[in-house]
Amino acid sequence: MKVLIPGPLLSYTGRREVEASGETLTLLLADLDRQYPGLAFRVVDEQGNMRPHVRFFVNSEQSFDLGRPLLPSDDVQIVQALSGG
Amino acid sequence: MIIAARGGLQGINMLTSPLLLVGTRKGAWLYHGDAARSHWRVDGPHFLGHIVNHLVLDPRDGRTLLAAVKTGHLGPTIFRSVDHGRSWQEAARPPAFPKAAEGEKGRVVKHTFWLTPSHASEPGVWYAGTSPQGLFRSEDGGVSWEPLPGLNEDPQYRSWMGSEQDGTPDGPVLHSIIVDPRDPGHLYLGMSGGGVHESLDRGRSWSTLIDGLEVVESLDPANVAFHDPHCVRLCPSNPDRLYQQNHCGIYRLDRPSKKWLRIGKNMPQAVGDIGFPIVLHPRNDRTAWVFPMDGTSVWPRTSPEGKPGVYVTRDAGESWQRQGAGLPEDQAWWTVKRQAMAADAGSPVGLYFGTTSGEVWASPDEGERWAPLAQHLPHIYTLEAGELR
Repeated sequence: MKVLIPGPLLSYTGRREVEASGETLTLLLADLDRQYPGLAFRVVDEQGNMRPHVRFFVNSEQSFDLGRPLLPSDDVQIVQALSGG
Repeated sequence: MIIAARGGLQGINMLTSPLLLVGTRKGAWLYHGDAARSHWRVDGPHFLGHIVNHLVLDPRDGRTLLAAVKTGHLGPTIFRSVDHGRSWQEAARPPAFPKAAEGEKGRVVKHTFWLTPSHASEPGVWYAGTSPQGLFRSEDGGVSWEPLPGLNEDPQYRSWMGSEQDGTPDGPVLHSIIVDPRDPGHLYLGMSGGGVHESLDRGRSWSTLIDGLEVVESLDPANVAFHDPHCVRLCPSNPDRLYQQNHCGIYRLDRPSKKWLRIGKNMPQAVGDIGFPIVLHPRNDRTAWVFPMDGTSVWPRTSPEGKPGVYVTRDAGESWQRQGAGLPEDQAWWTVKRQAMAADAGSPVGLYFGTTSGEVWASPDEGERWAPLAQHLPHIYTLEAGELR
């Protein structure tokens, strides 16, 4: 599926839009991390929780659950939230 | 870009390739000095926009750099360079706490605060201290990091570390990780808050070293959690001597004694003995420098009365002298963080500090004269001095 990458992660992917697969957001991140090593830990902490200033949208709808099921036709967007000055 | 620091070194034992490593809230800069330390070439920014809590040159090879970084959005990581900062590789497994069992709340590393290369006999071994407080070790040059459960998971130590509210404005920090140059198994560290501690078995077990240290008035000094060692240093020329800048004074410890002596009582009363960094002479165990800050009332953490000054002792803390020549005489409300002041190994010793207002100041003559080396940087978190090989 198509995954839109935020600016702070472009140093990993080199591209704004990448392809990855996974039946949940967690598995999608695992695939992204296989393709772009180190990416997952920057957005999800060691306890498996989203980092405070990172958000996930599936088909333009925000998801707070990394276990959310995904379909190959879904569009996923990783977004940088406000984090101060 | 070449920056001239007034009054370059004309002395002996010149460093061939001095390097200053400056980490800020918005990136890192390297300053390459000439042998006289009179001209500095700036290289940077590296990691523009990243918070750089510590940036360290490995003295064992004079080449490897480790940087502890994070950004406002992304989680913390470690970058490593083996070519003087021309390229950086991210750690494959940065410091991270173990995943908690189902139903339990695990800890999350917010940032790596401190990096220490291990003993000369252990090339590639590094230690890291984090916020919230944790101790980590790498045996592959900083590529992968493992937590040290002897401290991180010990219930007594966890209680002394306190919660995330029991620390500095940037969170509780584990810092001042020191490896005895005579014994790679002998370690010291500081916890803010949580006191000073010592291990004789490479960090598997720890004991406290807080005797003689004072705590905030009305608190009980027997409670380890109340102790806040801002910066602990071991004398390179005498590994049995340690100095400490504490939240409550300046101290010296001569091993095997376990009792700290408050040598800051000998500072001028109007200045006091509060601050964050303490810097030691590389070859003289009686000489140390501090940068006092206002620790009265609400703890402004700025130069007392807006008059910044370095203070030196050359008699192990019996007396202190102000070194302010070249520094602003008034209305300079500077803060210098605990890892933002350093000495090089030259003769005479070069001293350097970085302020939270983004200025780097240098003295080529052990603090006698000061001149600005860099200005207009972001908030400086860390400044280290080293020598490239």
